[in-house]
Amino acid sequence: MNIDCPVPYSEDDVVQLGHGAGGRLTAELLDRLVLPALGRRPDGPLEDAALLPGGGELVVSTDSFVVSPLTFPGGDIGSLAVHGTVNDLAMRGALPLALTLAVIAEEGLPLAELRSVLDSAGKAAQQADVPVITGDTKVVGRGAADRLFLNTTGIGRRVPGLAPSSARARAGDAVLLSGPIGLHGTAVLSTREGLGFETDIASDTRPLHRLVRALAPFGDAVHSLRDPTRGGLAASLNEIARDAGVGVEIAESALPVPSAVAAACDLLGLDPLIVANEGCFVAFVAPDIADAALLALRAHPEGAQAVRIGHCTTAHAARVELRTLLGARRVVDMPSGEQLPRIC
Amino acid sequence: MKYLDEYRDPALGRELLGRLARTASRPWRIMEVCGGQTHTLVRQGIDELLPAGIRMIHGPGCPVCVTPLETLDRAMAVAARPGVTFTSFGDMLRVPGSTTDLLALRARGADVRVVYSPMEAVRIAEENPDREVVFLAVGFETTAPANAMTVLHAARLGLANFSLLVSHVLVPPAMTALLEDPDCEVEAFLAAGHVCAVMGWREYEPIAERYQVPVVVTGFEPLDLLEGILMAVVQLEEGRYDVENQYARAVRRRGNDEAQLALARVFRVTDRAWRGIGTLPAGGLELAPEYAAFDAVRRFEVGAQHSVEDPDCIAGAILTGARLPTDCRAYGIRCTPRTPLGAPMVSSEGTCAAFHAAGRTGSTP
Repeated sequence: MNIDCPVPYSEDDVVQLGHGAGGRLTAELLDRLVLPALGRRPDGPLEDAALLPGGGELVVSTDSFVVSPLTFPGGDIGSLAVHGTVNDLAMRGALPLALTLAVIAEEGLPLAELRSVLDSAGKAAQQADVPVITGDTKVVGRGAADRLFLNTTGIGRRVPGLAPSSARARAGDAVLLSGPIGLHGTAVLSTREGLGFETDIASDTRPLHRLVRALAPFGDAVHSLRDPTRGGLAASLNEIARDAGVGVEIAESALPVPSAVAAACDLLGLDPLIVANEGCFVAFVAPDIADAALLALRAHPEGAQAVRIGHCTTAHAARVELRTLLGARRVVDMPSGEQLPRIC
Repeated sequence: MKYLDEYRDPALGRELLGRLARTASRPWRIMEVCGGQTHTLVRQGIDELLPAGIRMIHGPGCPVCVTPLETLDRAMAVAARPGVTFTSFGDMLRVPGSTTDLLALRARGADVRVVYSPMEAVRIAEENPDREVVFLAVGFETTAPANAMTVLHAARLGLANFSLLVSHVLVPPAMTALLEDPDCEVEAFLAAGHVCAVMGWREYEPIAERYQVPVVVTGFEPLDLLEGILMAVVQLEEGRYDVENQYARAVRRRGNDEAQLALARVFRVTDRAWRGIGTLPAGGLELAPEYAAFDAVRRFEVGAQHSVEDPDCIAGAILTGARLPTDCRAYGIRCTPRTPLGAPMVSSEGTCAAFHAAGRTGSTP
């Protein structure tokens, strides 16, 4: 008896989870479908936040949060929704002026849980010193959403002198990283239902605008900023390399991967370079101010572990290369879609 | 994690590389059997740091890569059934079958779930008695014991809605098949440390003796690999062909008795098709007759499949080390990790994917 697969082959005609993973699939979706539909040519840099047309130094950004579970070590969807948008504004050198918060809740979500994450969002906004000025609440039927989705939109104003853009990185720039990588993704993964391993890893979720403000004295010499969320450091570096047309070279020995993250990634067959972060950023700065910028970052608690991880070069334009611990070179590619753990 | 860092120490690595250069008096070709080792070698660029003339041949030890297309097509056929919850390790999800892959099936509504342990699949079956829960049991002697335990556990629970789609493979028959090939260039093997942690290394002794080929049981960290390569080269230079153990911190000669017992209870050795290599006599494991009730192939009657490989794909030659990914005309063009034609481009342990992730092109040595 022959049973042929009943599903005709065409992997591109429905949305797959990988389309939302921040890697190559996401970029394809944007370039081929989203941007053309909105009448935008897919050739300019895609930044974390956009300058408001006609708005002078005003910057706007929006982000939706669909994390599961809603609460994880180090944070929850509420604090994440505030930090995520504050940080996207900060990556354009802006301090937040106001946020909006939209709630999409699934029928059956305990009100106590909703209160808990909204309290957390309120607290995070207060700590980031940004008011939530308007919002929206929708409830959908059971099964139509995964418990709770949040969306935040932020308006910010650029710190005078700062004008970072992913297209402005240039050869010779020093690449700085404000803190350790891999904490958020492994923290969320470790608590996700059914995973069955426990660690003491906590998400690094936190607002980064004050840390960016610490770079204000260096003004125009701060070329590019990016917080490596979905797709991790590998995606962020590849985006800047592509947008600026430069080569990026980093040293594996300089990468701050906490030992618990390294162990969890080894165990699960994941790569710390493509695990999501919510509390650090990469800064591409002119080489002559690199040391001073590093000191300025380290003067803040959220930047205490800032390090220099590499530099930009004219060689291998638009590509990211890593010098391995043993001194060999390899390309750090844009992650493709969903991160799939290895078998063994 | 000091323990791991010590196996990644750059200074020690350079020292081992220096000793290798001083030891090797002529070119040698060494095969690392295991895909996990290929992953480390390419990721760390170790194969490019080796002294000139020492060439690593990347072997067939990626469980994703050698799973035959027929098994994948059976998996798709089962997963597409209404009422089925199909569970698998993550990297099997993107492997293309003849017509689709599990991720695409999931996007179309099939209940396909990634699990980190086969025991999770049993739990899903327990909690959902109205669903048929199937686990895709692939891999070497490393993953087989846990799958055997799963069957024993499910039998104890009397679960009638749980089954395995089994396509386990065994390493020694594959090494034998490679060595029997008259074109075989392999002069020494690095045996996979984790396979030996389960099975021990006794079964490699007759292979080393019969084919006069050194075998070094080797771990997965950069320094493990460098030390394993050095031990193999020392043997080759001295004209010895022993089975040696570099991975002494995890492996003993007899292996893990309990795991072997579970294997012997649940599975029996069978001829097995290896993707790209062909059917190897006694090359795999199937469920023993006592546990046939847990066999998804029988339960869903998906034995026969029309499976067709892409004509451009040279996965077979890649898996046996006869060709490099960069020799393939589809590599990096029609075939990428995003649009894989064959399995070695899918798993990060696959040679093609490892090359692609490291940015290797035809001009790279």
